[in-house]
Amino acid sequence: MPAQIIETHPAPFASKPIDPVTLEVIENALRNARVEMDATLVRTAMSPGIREQGDAFPLIADHKGRMIVGQFGSFIGGFLAGYEGTIEEGDMFMMSDPYSVEGAISHSNDWMVLLPVYREGRLLAFTAMFGHQSDIGGKVAGSMPIDAHSIFEEGVRIPPVKIYSKGVYNADLVRLIMHQSRKADWCKADLNALIASCRVAARRIEEMAVRFGEDVYVSATEELLARNYRAMKHLISTSIGEAPVSFEDFICDDGMGFGPYRIKCSMWREGETVILDFDGTDPQSPAAINFFLNENMFKMFFGIYMIMVFDPQILFNDGFYDLIEVRIPKGSLLKPNYPAALSGRTHALGRIFDILGGLLGQKTPEFLNAAGFSSSPHLFYSGVDGEGQWFQLFQIGFGGIPGRPMGDGPDGHSLWPGFTNVPNEFLERYFPLVIERYETAPDSGGAGLHRGGNGIHMTYRFTEPGTIAIHDDRWFTKPWGVNGGKPGARARKILEKADGTQTIVGNKLENMAVEAGDMLHFITWGGGGWGDPLQRDPALVAKEVAQGLVTVEGARAYGVVIVDGAVDDAATAMLRTEMTSPDPLPLFDHGGSIEELRATCEAETGLPAPQQPVWRHLAVAAE
Amino acid sequence: MAYRLGVDVGGTFTDLLLLEEESGSFWRHKTPSTPADSSVGILNGVTAICEKAGITPADIETFLHGTTVATNAVLEGKGARVGLIVTRGYRQIMQIARSFVPGGLAGWIIWPKPEPLAALLDTFEIQGRLDARGNEIEAIDDADIRAQLEKLKAQGVEALTVSLMNAYLNGAHEKRVAELAAEIMPDIPVSLSHEVLPEMQEYERTLTTVANAAVRPVVGRYVRNLRSKLRESGMAGRLSLLRSDGGLMSSEMSEQHPVSLLMSGPAGGVTGALWVGKNAGIKNILTLDVGGTSTDVALIENLEARRVRTTEVGHLAVRASALDVKTVGAGGGSIAYVPELTKALRVGPQSAGAVPGPVAYGKGGTLPTVTDANVVLGYLPEALLGGTFKLDREGSIAAVQTIADALGIGLYEAARGIIDIVNENMFGALRMISVQQGYDPRDFALMGFGGAGPLHVNAVARLMGSWPAVSPVSPGVLCALGDATTRTRTETARSFSKRFVETNEAEVIAILEEMRAQVEKQLTDDGIPASEITAQFEIDVRYEGQAFEVPLSIDPETLRRDGLAGVEARFDEEHHRLFTFNMESPHELVNLRAVAMGATLDLPAADLPVGDGDPAQAKIRDHQIWLDGDFRPGAIYDRAKLEQGDVIPGPAIVIEMDSTTLIEGGCVATVDRVGNILINPAA
Repeated sequence: MPAQIIETHPAPFASKPIDPVTLEVIENALRNARVEMDATLVRTAMSPGIREQGDAFPLIADHKGRMIVGQFGSFIGGFLAGYEGTIEEGDMFMMSDPYSVEGAISHSNDWMVLLPVYREGRLLAFTAMFGHQSDIGGKVAGSMPIDAHSIFEEGVRIPPVKIYSKGVYNADLVRLIMHQSRKADWCKADLNALIASCRVAARRIEEMAVRFGEDVYVSATEELLARNYRAMKHLISTSIGEAPVSFEDFICDDGMGFGPYRIKCSMWREGETVILDFDGTDPQSPAAINFFLNENMFKMFFGIYMIMVFDPQILFNDGFYDLIEVRIPKGSLLKPNYPAALSGRTHALGRIFDILGGLLGQKTPEFLNAAGFSSSPHLFYSGVDGEGQWFQLFQIGFGGIPGRPMGDGPDGHSLWPGFTNVPNEFLERYFPLVIERYETAPDSGGAGLHRGGNGIHMTYRFTEPGTIAIHDDRWFTKPWGVNGGKPGARARKILEKADGTQTIVGNKLENMAVEAGDMLHFITWGGGGWGDPLQRDPALVAKEVAQGLVTVEGARAYGVVIVDGAVDDAATAMLRTEMTSPDPLPLFDHGGSIEELRATCEAETGLPAPQQPVWRHLAVAAE
Repeated sequence: MAYRLGVDVGGTFTDLLLLEEESGSFWRHKTPSTPADSSVGILNGVTAICEKAGITPADIETFLHGTTVATNAVLEGKGARVGLIVTRGYRQIMQIARSFVPGGLAGWIIWPKPEPLAALLDTFEIQGRLDARGNEIEAIDDADIRAQLEKLKAQGVEALTVSLMNAYLNGAHEKRVAELAAEIMPDIPVSLSHEVLPEMQEYERTLTTVANAAVRPVVGRYVRNLRSKLRESGMAGRLSLLRSDGGLMSSEMSEQHPVSLLMSGPAGGVTGALWVGKNAGIKNILTLDVGGTSTDVALIENLEARRVRTTEVGHLAVRASALDVKTVGAGGGSIAYVPELTKALRVGPQSAGAVPGPVAYGKGGTLPTVTDANVVLGYLPEALLGGTFKLDREGSIAAVQTIADALGIGLYEAARGIIDIVNENMFGALRMISVQQGYDPRDFALMGFGGAGPLHVNAVARLMGSWPAVSPVSPGVLCALGDATTRTRTETARSFSKRFVETNEAEVIAILEEMRAQVEKQLTDDGIPASEITAQFEIDVRYEGQAFEVPLSIDPETLRRDGLAGVEARFDEEHHRLFTFNMESPHELVNLRAVAMGATLDLPAADLPVGDGDPAQAKIRDHQIWLDGDFRPGAIYDRAKLEQGDVIPGPAIVIEMDSTTLIEGGCVATVDRVGNILINPAA
């Protein structure tokens, strides 16, 4: 039974004509409200994941639950369909269980607060904010055990519950939730921050309702939705063909020795509707790398990629959803069956963007970037320090931004919006470690006319014994290059003991003990290259060699010979002639087929190739 | 008689305001800026304004100056070539920055890759390491440092910056590098991060130190050139520059610490507004400084402007105190357009700038701007700048018509739409500094200045509920007025990072007193008598683990009396105002600052003649003004002829040399004792 919305004055909103100026004014006010939500959250949250890195996302929806402002599309439809209870004035909801909201929250670490906004007895809007909690209990510090086999191992699961019911705070419920976390202090502060953020947005909506009247406000949001619909309809009809195009990419492994997992998406147009079909995607994993992909979220990603170029000031909203149909096979990696583990979804989430880029870029060159949206590499480090205090670090790393039509990809930057790194002096002040190196890995960006950004080489020296976990991907498959550009370098992790011995360690591992004095080299992927590297200006290559971004050996990938820091013109000309292929440049360069990658894996990465997954319940996926 | 001269150099005009200290009489002048060498324009202005006042430059006792020279050096990449010495493993600190990519999901696709302020080729590493308590865990090595400095010398850098990990706690390693640099490259100025900004966060500290070093030679050259030209003209008085935080500093000090000048330009308007507010008896003011390409807004509470610890210049966030001025890309030159795809009406952030400028200016502009909309609606009468310059109303109409056609609405509706949208953008910026900070805008007056501020102030005040809407005396040169009327200020800051339970009043006061002695000495060294100096402490507090600090000002006596408990209570109060909740978490003292200020000026303002309430003597002619969907009969007045107590019913327009004030229908303006126009809703 769907949620029952209680309104003391349930009159429908009257439709009012909206002039373009009022529309722009309301759009602006909504945009400002969203900025204010972010600002409030970041300033009051405490976990470094939110306050320093910005791992949190806001949403303002209309009274029907459709996203008017936000980033990931609305989950409210799913919530309304699945919540068995009432929604009343003064209520505030909290939830984290992906299976309760059709995957709109994709793992239990993301806590969501949802506030229905009432005015004069009518439901006028919803505001919501979610933020990644550093720890929600479960079997490992950080609550994202890569080796989990069900969601029950991944910490506290919160179905939609009321933390305020008709204005009354349910302190016991919140205490119960907080009791599950190893870092209740952070969680409490972050929950306060989420609440404050939703309330700020609610106040702004109330102010708009006062200023313009509820009917005008609601009519304006309808028009904003309709405008996106019209814009997207136009884009779809002009840039998406009726003949299907497909693109596939892979998650390297599941942390249990099996992989890679294929994600495949096909796209075509039927009339005015785009079909995005994930048929051909591998079945779900028995481990935690599953990504419960919400169809609406994927529509939003698709829409943002489409519209970005044409009117970057537009407020993305749900208005165009009817134009897109997303098909995801049940039981697949992207729609796993309950109670599959989900905490390690970050890799597939990131990979979705590479797939989207490759899919759209095949036919529309203005979208074609190289690969780089690999994943959000995570490091966890926890233990008890010399003074008996529990410490727990969760850090998100960044890598290389791909080569792009507009130029080189920035080195060591974040592809996620709003994310920043944590100052190393902050880390050293509050955690028992020293950051010995914080630079980018030379040559890791794929060669191209436009070089892919380099990944980051960060070296942690631990000063207390503890436990670490690493979640990264793109260590086996490569961030592909495009239009003749070469793939970027893959991610690597090396543990160096105090005596200097080095061991290559896996890119997905849990519960690895480290000693004081151990150093971890955490090296992330580089972005793929864009365009023919032989066309890159040799002087620029020489400069980047001097800058330490490219090595003398790496310069040869551009056909450039550097001798004593300068370009050897003759040798360069010769090498470039030698390297020039008579064949047309490949649109995509994956750096080898999966079979080839398997064959060379151990030699090139120092790690055994993952084994082909075998699924016991293939029948489920075929349903 | 003593004269103070405020000079503000903008992109198009150099504004001057000469103040006679005893009577408060003033003279103003506007002259074209001379971007190749600003001192030419300044000297032109000095000559002209001295003639107006019947004095010579020798009569000017104090020359006060707001300048964008440092800002432009950063924005245009014209700063010095800076060499950077960092800790081993950190060569790419400026390359990686904070890894932040602006622009939302997929924003990375269209984000241009920035060039670091200190080139990677000019960045070198040295061995040696401090831990997060300031203890040495690896020694530095002189031979290694020398080798790196030699490489830098060969690169031909013009300035040197040293920024080592955790140096905010212990400057010994940086100092040693500076000693060796003095031997190896004696002519190169050296900036050390622990001196410029002794605060945690290696990227921000490095960036701030590099920015300081980069603008230093530019600012130095500028100041020395200006000083010598002024001396040649016979001016023997003091030369001071306006800091980003609204205080003044001697030109000599500004050469050492130019990073404090990055927001010098916008700060002038805010200090000018403070001066006006004081004379008009208005203590809470929101400022609206509308220029050609952008609008700056700030909040003044109880005649104190809010300050922040970060100065944003372009994409760089430099850690230096500044007035909390928010800028939006909305000004007279903002271009209106209708994107094909969405058919939305957008205004800005693209701007026609000074060249080609709005269509109305007849300098080749063809795209419709906010100024053109103002012209179409009759808010800007055909003559600007005292009648020497005619506006091309036909051109404006043709340009705005293109918007009307694209939207399928009437010409005047389109023009008013452009104005409403740009007002809304200003409203958005004002909300950020008021509502978002927990202030109720209805407790504030709104003061509009800059060339176009008084045109928009009435409408924006209506959106905000901030009354009165104030068009101050000389709105076009308010920055120069601010330069002329503010006080000297300096400060120093230090990271502290301790919980309240880990420290006590005695420790905190001892450090603050030491810092206070340091800043007071800076002022006495600059020739300010010790008796005129007041000191203030500032303490940044947060709940341990938060990213956001609340800066609390406290005078030394109050700190002694109420102790840290008093600080804690004030923090809780402020946090609650900002975010509506408090927490049980321990409080942390993050940074300590000491501020020293010179005497406040007690300058009188000159009174206008008393009128009879009827502005008839100032009326130029009747005029048609588009408001509320139609042209309404109104009148144009000459501001110079207004008398105190005059009451002007809206709609009306008041014109003067460099600015135009719009009084909307349903509002009424009164002229106060000194000539400010205060607009309120008609009863």
